[in-house]
Amino acid sequence: MRLVLAEDHALLRAGLIELLADRGFTILHAVDNAPELHGALRDPEAEAAVLDVRLPPTQTDEGLRAAIAIREERPGFPVMVLSQYVERLYARELLASGAGAVGYLLKDRVSDVAEFVDGVRRVAAGGTVLDPEVVSAVLAAKREEPLDRLTPREREVLGLMAEGRSNAAIAQRLTVTEKAVQKHINSIFAKLDLPVGEDDHRRVRAVLAWLHL
Amino acid sequence: MSTNAAGEARRPAGRVRLAAYAFAQLLLAVPVLLLFALWWVAGVLVVVWVGVPLVVGVGVALRAVATAHRRMAADTLGQPVQRPYRPLDGGLLARMQGVLGDPMTWRDLAWALAAVTVGFTLALLTTILLLGVVTTVLWWYAVRPLLQLRSRVDLFFLAYSRTERLEQRVQALTESRAELVDHSAAELRRLERDLHDGAQARLVALSMSLGRAEEAFDEDPEKARRLVGDARETTAAAIGDLRSVVRGIHPPVLADRGLGGAVEALALDMSLPGGPVEVETNLPGRPPAPVESAVYFGVAECLANVGKHAGASRAWVHLAHRDGILRAVVGDDGRGGASPEDGTGMLGVMRRLAAFDGTLSVSSPPGGPTLVTLEVPCDLSSPKTTRSSAPG
Repeated sequence: MRLVLAEDHALLRAGLIELLADRGFTILHAVDNAPELHGALRDPEAEAAVLDVRLPPTQTDEGLRAAIAIREERPGFPVMVLSQYVERLYARELLASGAGAVGYLLKDRVSDVAEFVDGVRRVAAGGTVLDPEVVSAVLAAKREEPLDRLTPREREVLGLMAEGRSNAAIAQRLTVTEKAVQKHINSIFAKLDLPVGEDDHRRVRAVLAWLHL
Repeated sequence: MSTNAAGEARRPAGRVRLAAYAFAQLLLAVPVLLLFALWWVAGVLVVVWVGVPLVVGVGVALRAVATAHRRMAADTLGQPVQRPYRPLDGGLLARMQGVLGDPMTWRDLAWALAAVTVGFTLALLTTILLLGVVTTVLWWYAVRPLLQLRSRVDLFFLAYSRTERLEQRVQALTESRAELVDHSAAELRRLERDLHDGAQARLVALSMSLGRAEEAFDEDPEKARRLVGDARETTAAAIGDLRSVVRGIHPPVLADRGLGGAVEALALDMSLPGGPVEVETNLPGRPPAPVESAVYFGVAECLANVGKHAGASRAWVHLAHRDGILRAVVGDDGRGGASPEDGTGMLGVMRRLAAFDGTLSVSSPPGGPTLVTLEVPCDLSSPKTTRSSAPG
């Protein structure tokens, strides 16, 4: 898979390039600032992007803005956003930029290489991957309709779905069978009034409903 | 401490109004004399307690009469005059202490003597000249200088001179600077503790794990692998610690999005039974960074208090910049009865705002609603698009 990578710290950039190349990704462009990033993202060869939120020249949220902008130009373009800190506000903005194919993770999650790479693949495949820290913040606060119809267990499952975990991974985490997880998920879909359709798409919709978008 | 009583400098009053002032001053000489006498009676009666409310009452009445004269003097001279009193609040005893402790009270009393002697003579002279038919021509020329003289005599007592005002300003600045230095020193100590007990300790543990892993690689690869795993977990915890320290110094979202966006992010992390916290922002630009930071932490403290104590079902934050003042209002429909002296948090916010001549005021009647208003005089930089929204 051909990726665009934006990260302004040379050490981290080199690390990410090596890590992703080892796992079979092709790094098409590796840039360290926002203006170059805008050009790189327009490369028709690019299939997905891994971006740092904070980039020169302003060192604020250039990466996030670039991600939202490119998804306006190329709807559904998969973007994985990395940051030293996560903000619910930013997660909401990213998810509002089109259903699915977005990820938002703390930079240090990269240290779990297998899971990070798996996350990038999921995003590229149209999934949603949110940092557990965002998920726990939402879990702590959410009490509104229609989510208050969910049982605590269903909330937990929905949270893990938002983190981008597969049914198998959710089952393992909650020490239940995959069948039980599927049952919870069907119940979530029903309670959130999600129309029948492709399962991946419904997962994304459920997560969006959960983030109150 | 002082609010403007007479508004901006403007054209001096015309002769008709001056005549009315002279007449009013003649009449007001009676209450001034009465209040002056009553003051000393009240002072004696303080020993048998009835004097306490009397002192407060006479003090407040004297302030009202003196302020009426300040207004007339300001209008006569065409210059602004400040209302120089310290605010009175609290119980009866606190109010009495406030009246007695305010140097302006004693200047009011001295003025009362001048007003019923020199001042009264000047006002009387003006009025006689006007009413004396043949002397009306004389009045036409004399009224302005006479009343200007009277106004200057009044203001000599009733308004602080430029030097005195500057002295008071220096005093206020010295106090707020000392508080600020204390506050920064405390903050630095807290940071030092957080880093020492958090990230630093974890990094030590990390280097220990790695050192042991290095030794174990040859003999016990399994142990080495476990130690490296531990090291990675410790690293994650150290990064988490650093992140929370950074948030406490200067939240990244504040740097990214400015006050409006950062407050919105704060509101998003909070949920009350009645729905999310509403944020309304009307800032055509960005305040200076230190002001932004002080107001952000102030709003954060207020929202934290709403969550902890108010028992509120709804809360809202309004941010606006008008007439050179940045104003943040945090409101909730909780049980009310809050006071800024309740927690050290609020006092910290006050101190931080005071460094920018900012203020914090709380309106919280029992039963609510509670409104906390943070005000800081400042200019906004480069106008940008106004962001205004409520989180859903």
